[in-house]
Amino acid sequence: MWDRNQIAARAAKELQDGTYVNLGIGIPTLVSNYIPPGVNVTLQSENGMLGMGPFPFEGEEDPDLINAGKQTITELPQTAYFDSAQSFAMIRGGKIAMAILGAMEVSEAGDLANWMIPGKLVKGMGGAMDLVAGVGRVVVVMDHTSKHGESKVLKACTLPLTGKAVVNRIITNLGVLDVVPGGLKIVELADGVSEAELRAATEGTIVG
Amino acid sequence: MTKVYPTAAAALDGLLRDNLMIAAGGFGLCGIPELLIAAIRDSGVKGLTVASNNAGVDGFGLGQLLETRQVRKMISSYVGENAEFMRQYLSGELELEFNPQGTLAERMRAGGAGIPGFYTKTGVGTVIAEGKEHHDFDGHTYILERGIVADLAIVKAWKADPSGNLVFRKTARNFNVPAATCGRVCVAEVEEIVPLGSLDPDMIHLPGIYVHRLVQGTHEKRIEQRTVRKRESV
Repeated sequence: MWDRNQIAARAAKELQDGTYVNLGIGIPTLVSNYIPPGVNVTLQSENGMLGMGPFPFEGEEDPDLINAGKQTITELPQTAYFDSAQSFAMIRGGKIAMAILGAMEVSEAGDLANWMIPGKLVKGMGGAMDLVAGVGRVVVVMDHTSKHGESKVLKACTLPLTGKAVVNRIITNLGVLDVVPGGLKIVELADGVSEAELRAATEGTIVG
Repeated sequence: MTKVYPTAAAALDGLLRDNLMIAAGGFGLCGIPELLIAAIRDSGVKGLTVASNNAGVDGFGLGQLLETRQVRKMISSYVGENAEFMRQYLSGELELEFNPQGTLAERMRAGGAGIPGFYTKTGVGTVIAEGKEHHDFDGHTYILERGIVADLAIVKAWKADPSGNLVFRKTARNFNVPAATCGRVCVAEVEEIVPLGSLDPDMIHLPGIYVHRLVQGTHEKRIEQRTVRKRESV
């Protein structure tokens, strides 16, 4: 089974050299720690920046320089800044090759739910709906099951959707699944996880 | 006629009334018009509708207008940092319209550009699309979203010249540009007003045509999530 960092490291293998990528908050943020050598990607932050650098050294925080999670960050030599309308124009316009996002639930049809639990605190979707609608490829990183052991890879999402038929690949603590016509296809098993275990933890239809 | 006013209160003089719709720049607490927000709080106007990506935090930014119950409705994409917001929303005192972040930015941009509506793929198949006109183009489904024209836009920039040309700094530009353009009147607060001719005309982020009033002031510029890395010992 993979831990959070191993999920992030596996997701980092999805990154293609020379592309522009948006990483969500949580496990997706960890992906930037595992970008393979020789792979050069430019990270987009939807609050208006391409070329996101690492966290600043203590004492060098700049309140005018934050990421979409409102964390202080730094710029790089290739950094460009722009306004929010421009930022989402490049997202909606398909210029961002890939988004790696967290999820609460994913369905076998690639539906994604990651913004709202009815009856609980509603914080908002932020830029997630725009990202899944606009970017070339959506990779979801998440735990395969809830704390209570219930599958989060479902036949149909129970929570309000962030996007319909938008997810291409799901990377969890148990392995890697692709959304394909008719259901989900097993791509890879996590270390020490059997196919039977992955199937048992997946409510959605596995094909092939 | 000058665009430069001595204080935030003076810059808002004659523009404020109850039930106004305001578009505000900023993302989180980054690049928010903190002086103008404080002046609106002090003015006591009520029943405001505020289009802003976020709602500030308790006691700072737009959070101040929530505490004083001056806001009737927020149009935002993410309000997770504000406990008072949640309390008022859950008790029904405050109306909330969630917009996807890019849809909110484009609604402002469109409103400012004379475009009353636009089609977007964002939100298709979700609760956001309910009740909205759907239209297929080239085999894809889109929903119609409306441009926003606000009675008043309040924004924050780094530098301005007296003609209202604005320059922003780093990620503090964010919603300030689209918000400024969608206001019937736009008031901008800046860290520095520099003499005419000292901004490079090729480097203006927002031309002064969009900015009607200016005020210079000192900004607290609070950091919401201070994240740092350790220096490696050599």
